[in-house]
Amino acid sequence: MARVESILRIEDVVKKFGEVAALDHCSFNIEPGSITGLIGPNGAGKTTLFNLITGVLRPDSGHIYFKGEEITGKKPHEIARKGVGRTYQIIRIFPKMTLLENLIVVGKGKEKRVIERAMELLSLVKLAEKKDDNASELSFGQQKLLSLAQVLMLDAELVLLDEPAAGINPTLQNELMALIHQLNREGKTFIIVEHDMNVIMGHCGSAIALNYGQKIAEGTCSEIQNDECLLEHYFGR
Amino acid sequence: MMGREDQEILAIDGLVSGYGKMEILHGVSLSVRIGEIIALIGPNGAGKSTVLKASTGLLRVTSGKVTFQGEDITNHLPHQVVEKGLSFNPQGRVIFPDMNVQEHLDMGAWILKDRLKKDESLDRIYRLFPWLMEKRKRKAKQMSGGEQQMLSLARALMIQPKLLLLDEPSLGLSPKWVKTVFEKIIEIKETGIPCLIVEQKAAMVLEYSDYGYVLEMGNNRYEGGGQELLNNPDVRRLYLGG
Repeated sequence: MARVESILRIEDVVKKFGEVAALDHCSFNIEPGSITGLIGPNGAGKTTLFNLITGVLRPDSGHIYFKGEEITGKKPHEIARKGVGRTYQIIRIFPKMTLLENLIVVGKGKEKRVIERAMELLSLVKLAEKKDDNASELSFGQQKLLSLAQVLMLDAELVLLDEPAAGINPTLQNELMALIHQLNREGKTFIIVEHDMNVIMGHCGSAIALNYGQKIAEGTCSEIQNDECLLEHYFGR
Repeated sequence: MMGREDQEILAIDGLVSGYGKMEILHGVSLSVRIGEIIALIGPNGAGKSTVLKASTGLLRVTSGKVTFQGEDITNHLPHQVVEKGLSFNPQGRVIFPDMNVQEHLDMGAWILKDRLKKDESLDRIYRLFPWLMEKRKRKAKQMSGGEQQMLSLARALMIQPKLLLLDEPSLGLSPKWVKTVFEKIIEIKETGIPCLIVEQKAAMVLEYSDYGYVLEMGNNRYEGGGQELLNNPDVRRLYLGG
């Protein structure tokens, strides 16, 4: 059987801020159709990695491939159009636009279908009743839910989620993770940065751990959870 | 059973408030007693942060009453509320990236006019957070998320408050730091400062809490002891993720 081509390949990526290496010769592959957890202490380089994959930052050296094509140094909108979507830890929405407008601007295709999809997603994140409110009127948690709906609206093949569960009520968290599994079954690949280990253990097939910009562990969730180095530095046990 | 009025430090009664024309709280009541940690939980958009902002003068209260240490402080200005000893640590590590640790702490003590009292406060904080002393010249932007949250907490304690309000202290922190922050909150409680905590890590905050309130759509929904709420099947299903 032919080896499955990775949907994302990170090859020896280095990114420095001044003297500090935020990513220090980092390499890994992501298989298509997987849900991978990306964990590590605050400041380990997780968000920097997302910024490099999506073209917000340019690596100092190394290569990034999406579906076999090199995307290193390409512009964020070019990478988004190729099929890489993301959410931000610090929310990026349009505060003076309504919730529905916030989703429509991201949509592609026929207007009627775009609006239908936008309403489906708003219902899923429990915000349908507020569709005509300005996004600025939402609470912090609700703004996060809107940004999640926004990235799903993009219909990207590879979706990067930066702490989707943080600040979200646990019951709704479960519903959102069910949605992510459903989209995963339909063929989307997810990489999830998350500190909530219930989310990682319960929902990710495998996980990658970073510390000081280097990959320090990679494997199934149970392998990762028993890694001595991680136990000490990350879980504090 | 004794009523919660006994030993109350903060009493919120029938609070109505919101943003502009949009009413978020439709009559919320809760209380905090001396020596307690109180959890305020509920779905996103229930009005939890709004309760904290309306109690501290950051939002206008249109009806209802906020009583702090027996005194009516409804619609007092934020700085007046702080001067009375009610300290609020808002959501999302509100730190100034280019200021160092010492500067943040000095800023936290701005209402303390007496230099001696300021020094005493600083000593106390450095005893409670010894590692902050070593990093006192470090700029906030060079610190990790967990360290920033602790700095923000330390700053809120500089005025030697009578009560501390915390909005999602665990947000975005690694498991190790979440544990550290909650352990620090217990330590703070043991020094005699009660805490009212808004948190989405609902099950975790209830473990640490003496009493909890569940809000939904701007109204009180459930209340009870931390363990009691944790064991309530409806609360588990609706708010704690089953």
